[in-house]
Amino acid sequence: MNIWIAIGLTAVGCYLAKLLGLLVPAGVLERPLVQRLAALLPVALLAALTAQQTFGDGRHLALDARAAGLAAAALALVLRAPFLVVVGSAVVVTAVVRALL
Amino acid sequence: MAEQTAPPQSTGGPGTSGAGTGKPDAAVVRDALGVGIAVGLSGFAFGVTSAGSGLTLLQTCALSLLVFTGASQFALVGALAAGGNPYTAAAGAFFLGIRNAFYGLRLSQLLALPRALRPFAAQWVIDETTAVTLPQPTRRAARIGFTVTGLTLYTLWNLTTLVGALGAEALGDTDAWGLDAASPAVFLALLAPMLKSTTERVTAGLAVLLVLGLLPMLPAGVPVLVSALAAPVVLVLKGRRGSGTDRTLTEGTTHTKDSR
Repeated sequence: MNIWIAIGLTAVGCYLAKLLGLLVPAGVLERPLVQRLAALLPVALLAALTAQQTFGDGRHLALDARAAGLAAAALALVLRAPFLVVVGSAVVVTAVVRALL
Repeated sequence: MAEQTAPPQSTGGPGTSGAGTGKPDAAVVRDALGVGIAVGLSGFAFGVTSAGSGLTLLQTCALSLLVFTGASQFALVGALAAGGNPYTAAAGAFFLGIRNAFYGLRLSQLLALPRALRPFAAQWVIDETTAVTLPQPTRRAARIGFTVTGLTLYTLWNLTTLVGALGAEALGDTDAWGLDAASPAVFLALLAPMLKSTTERVTAGLAVLLVLGLLPMLPAGVPVLVSALAAPVVLVLKGRRGSGTDRTLTEGTTHTKDSR
């Protein structure tokens, strides 16, 4: 049940955000500070989510095979690899390191 | 969901490229299909991750059909898997989805959709459709780009989500296959093109410190929400410090600083 509540809230919230942009008159959201905050918010959230899902283990910090996988993804990004290659290299390297450890 | 998802800097309004010449419809369709197919396939990673996080097949597919914005979907299942309560989990996913409102604003001017059509077009207002649509030289090209990217991506993303969720059941322990690294890799791939200047890098660094520092102290899901504060904090610090090096300050504040 809790999961359905989360899905419902997320679906409604995300849809309304999308619709809002199409409906409000330009100018309302065009204020420079609002724009800058909106651009910076995903940066903070994505960085936090990357770190949490790489080094978090419940409420503990852990350095395990995922870190090696993420390092591989970072390398793929530096080499300008396509999206699927970036994700694929993280998965493969994590699996290999986990099998070896 | 994709690379090159940072909000495109140029407004890409009509005339910014190839003014007057128009772009062949086939070229627009090719651009749109390229992005739609590449990213659509990564729904597989979402399906596997979601099923591996303990969501049912129906819940996993409902997310892709109804939420349809990859970062929010990954964030939600990650937060639920970590034991977060549904409200903090949804809040994190929602905050990530706010950026779509700003994409919609840009697209709205470019596409000039009839009001009746907007509630339907809204579901497709995401990183990838924006990235394809904004640089198009004409309204016609923009509409084709938006529609083809949206349709391709929506169809493939939902199909591959289903396949991924079914595949996860066949795979058994998804962690053994390294699939728990797919989600953070997606976040990293979305983040990388956004790290354009020091401001973004400092924000990202601060957010990482906050989330890892708070992880042992706060309930699951809350550290990520708190780390979002890195964005306003960095903006405030930048505003204070702002001088000649800081060209992104608002014009108004630069003026008052000069007079001090």
